[in-house]
Amino acid sequence: MNRFFGFVGKESLHIIRDLRTMMILFGIPVVQILLFGYVLTNEIKDADIAILDHSRDVVTSEITAKLLSSGYFRLAADISSTDEVEPLLRSGRVRQVIIFEPMFAARMVREGSAAVQIVADGSDANAANMVVSYATAVIGDYVSGMQEMRPGVAPVRAETRMLFNEELKSAFTFVPGTMALILMILSAMMTSVSIAREKEKGTMEVLLVSPLRPVQIVLGKVLPYVVLAFLNAVIIIVLGVLVFDMPVMGSTALLMGVTLLYISLSLSMGIMISTMARTQQTAIFISMFMLLLPVMLLSGFIFPISSMPLILQWMSKLIPATYFIVIIQNLMLKGAGIGFVWVEMVVLAGMMLLFIVVSVLKFKPRLE
Amino acid sequence: MDSREVVIEARDMVKRFGSFTANDRLNFHVYRGEIFGLLGANGAGKTTALKILCGLSKPTSGEIRVAGYSVRHNPNQIKRNIGYMSQKFSLYEDLTILENIRFFAGIYGMRRREIRKRSATMLKKLGLEHAAGRLIADLPTGWRQKLAFSIAIFHDPQIVFLDEPTGGVDPITRRQFWEMIYEAASRGITVFVTTHYMDEAEYCDRVTIMTDGQIMAIGSPAELKSAYKAESIDEVFRMLARNIE
Repeated sequence: MNRFFGFVGKESLHIIRDLRTMMILFGIPVVQILLFGYVLTNEIKDADIAILDHSRDVVTSEITAKLLSSGYFRLAADISSTDEVEPLLRSGRVRQVIIFEPMFAARMVREGSAAVQIVADGSDANAANMVVSYATAVIGDYVSGMQEMRPGVAPVRAETRMLFNEELKSAFTFVPGTMALILMILSAMMTSVSIAREKEKGTMEVLLVSPLRPVQIVLGKVLPYVVLAFLNAVIIIVLGVLVFDMPVMGSTALLMGVTLLYISLSLSMGIMISTMARTQQTAIFISMFMLLLPVMLLSGFIFPISSMPLILQWMSKLIPATYFIVIIQNLMLKGAGIGFVWVEMVVLAGMMLLFIVVSVLKFKPRLE
Repeated sequence: MDSREVVIEARDMVKRFGSFTANDRLNFHVYRGEIFGLLGANGAGKTTALKILCGLSKPTSGEIRVAGYSVRHNPNQIKRNIGYMSQKFSLYEDLTILENIRFFAGIYGMRRREIRKRSATMLKKLGLEHAAGRLIADLPTGWRQKLAFSIAIFHDPQIVFLDEPTGGVDPITRRQFWEMIYEAASRGITVFVTTHYMDEAEYCDRVTIMTDGQIMAIGSPAELKSAYKAESIDEVFRMLARNIE
């Protein structure tokens, strides 16, 4: 046992000596979350719009006022002719144009409904979708408010409401995503690189000749990173809660448990990578391609899985981070209990088992 | 043939990698306190043989005993009784001299107090007592090599295995290094060393010359020279290599 702790101590020294790497690993998530949360946001804020109001009555001016006071939109042009719509959008000065039909209020009272046309600049598809849905939501809001005041009038309107993240705060999706990414990198890449370094420098041979058992070597490598990764996870969660008011609706213990499970999974992945890589460079390279890109692109972190082509949707099911993000979102935002996330947890545990089995099978011949 | 104790014994040791035979029925034994040299060109199978003896590699067949234990059945017992130094003088570059000593002594189960006492003596002997806190990365190659050797025998192993320990080191440092080997041997540590420097063979008590995975000759340098009527081991080696062709 003393031997084992001696080994862990040595591993910790490596980490302490390489302070720069640690600063990066702890700095990246902080910067990333602040950046994603504030700058690279998917939220609409002060989007430029134009309004073409053929009617100019009480209702349309009320709706206009509501749109402009929502904080999402800013009036860039007030136009009076349909001919102006296309050039305006083409010039890029506005993201969308909202057109009220003539006799808007009158029609609403007489026919029970009136039409608003929303024309958006589809060249940036995501942004277009977003501004349209925001505008629809604001108008829907107005209409339902009107219904309450004047119950007789009932224009049929689809009500859009974003559940669980009503303000559509993008930080809420970025925090779990960043956790998934950073924990995976810290655990898998760092362990695989540190094992590969021992091989590259020849110290692995010296260790294998010593009375240390291979299991002790591997566990000794992994343990310091479990601690670091866990610490990192806590920092990310605290940042999410403090800076972005992210709720933690579910049980904290379960959240920590799931995080540990994911960290262990990442570590087993790192060990598997290290059985394939002889040098640190290869280890980094494999980590990048096996971990970084898939987690970024396919886990639902940045692009929603439901809007991916079918093949990519299947592929996303092979990525542990996909399940982790779902669990974290369920736990933090929806307050789900273990009953709702156990399937994902079982999948993660299964993947971990698979990686361990593969590593053991591949590690053996190395010792031959 | 004599009463000395055998600490390494290899009988019909074979190692195959697929269809390639790296070690072809090697037979030799090493006595306690002896400096035993395994000579050969690169790729002759020296390192393979050494790796089998220290448990880094499993033999394909053959009966091998090291420090009284079977390589096949008691590899863990062997590990406690041997020291090993690879051709890279592997120490942790980002750790200090003292930290390296502590770590390696620790994994051999040595107690803290003993480590402290011995490391002080050792550093003094090496003239490194003021450098204990320096990182290995800052040490010149020659010092690393001496330190790696001192650490390999720090826990007083019965046998120390040295895999090409003088590669890339200047002749003066090599000479000094061999003095350290002599000193270890005089303390009763058996030294098993592989090398491709034929002049180093002269320093060994007994040598084995390997070519293409086979043992071509075995004996003391003097015996070999007289048997092949040669001036030096280098000449013996060249005669043997020519015979192969």
